[in-house]
Amino acid sequence: MGMKNMQVSSVTNFGRSGLSDWLIQRVSAVILLLYIVCHSAIILSTPEMSYAQWRELFAGTTMRIFSLLTLLALCAHAWIGMWTVATDYLTRRMMGSKATLVRLVFLVGCIAVLAIYFIWCVIILWSV
Amino acid sequence: MLVSVYRYNPETDLKPSMRDYQIEIPGGKDLMVLDVLAMVKEQDDSVAYRRSCREGVCGSDGMNINGVNGLACITPLSDVVKNDKLVLRPLPGLPVVRDLVVDMSIFYKQYERIEPYLQNDDPVPAIERLQSPEDRAKLDGLYECILCACCSTNCPSFWWNPEKFVGPAGLLQAYRFLADSRDTHTDERLANLEDPFSVFRCRGIMNCVAVCPKGLNPTKAIGHIREMLMERGA
Ligand code: SF4
Ligand code: SF4
Repeated sequence: MGMKNMQVSSVTNFGRSGLSDWLIQRVSAVILLLYIVCHSAIILSTPEMSYAQWRELFAGTTMRIFSLLTLLALCAHAWIGMWTVATDYLTRRMMGSKATLVRLVFLVGCIAVLAIYFIWCVIILWSV
Repeated sequence: MLVSVYRYNPETDLKPSMRDYQIEIPGGKDLMVLDVLAMVKEQDDSVAYRRSCREGVCGSDGMNINGVNGLACITPLSDVVKNDKLVLRPLPGLPVVRDLVVDMSIFYKQYERIEPYLQNDDPVPAIERLQSPEDRAKLDGLYECILCACCSTNCPSFWWNPEKFVGPAGLLQAYRFLADSRDTHTDERLANLEDPFSVFRCRGIMNCVAVCPKGLNPTKAIGHIREMLMERGA
């Protein structure tokens, strides 16, 4: 990515670039949209979906990869979004000196929720 | 007409307040907001505001006029006054020095950060660095900025992160130098803008475009910077 000269950094920034965040946000949004459209189409075109059919749908390798990809996209999208919200509103300017601690706790909470969500989804996907 | 002016002297007042003035507006002509302020000052000479050229060139009388940022000197009453009432406040988001006068330090700091001057490492030519008319035309809509800060102080991203987000005015000028065919520091300039705040805090809500008294379009310039960053990163 060429030379980097970060003028602005923050503890929870993890040295990311705004450009990659911006790109990830857009690409992940497209993946999420595709997944939603794809599943809406399947559900709408199958008037009476049985459990067996539903299970079979998720057992295929392609769907498994697609689901996993969407899961990754969702986690990345949510993380970048929450990090951005936190650095807009949970700041020194907004809440004084306790801001860094509040933001850190909030972001660690976000990571925990996303990690649990990710593991839980992987378990479900691999159980079919 | 009722003119309500934001009054605050940090040395003597505990908190800001609005003070009302009844101003007789002479009929038959459309005054500018700055003219009305002069009439207010005749009534009460303790009212503080900045002004200089009174024709939209110096950019010193940017203020919030009936809720919208603009230059008092080129904003006609007929454009902004409703129900015979005029409310004047300082530009939002910046510390108030006194009344309608704000401390623009952070705004200028962001301007300074984008290095608003030509940088060229090529040998200095005997007379001048030439530029084709086409390349010169690329600077139109960029160089006209008068740094009045109407745009940046109307931008929520600048309110939340004025230390880290360059803001629309600074970014318009950043692009003015990125777009200049005579500048050779494009890569360094872009490297300084790639972090998650400097450019990427812009959410494209175009509050800046809505108020620029010079009719400039910082959002479009920001889009161009993003494209350049993308090309450089790819
Ligand atoms: S378009 Fe960007 S710079 Fe302009 S007001 Fe909106 S967020 Fe601010
Ligand atoms: S872009 Fe327009 S509103 Fe912003 S500082 Fe320049 S002249 Fe003022």
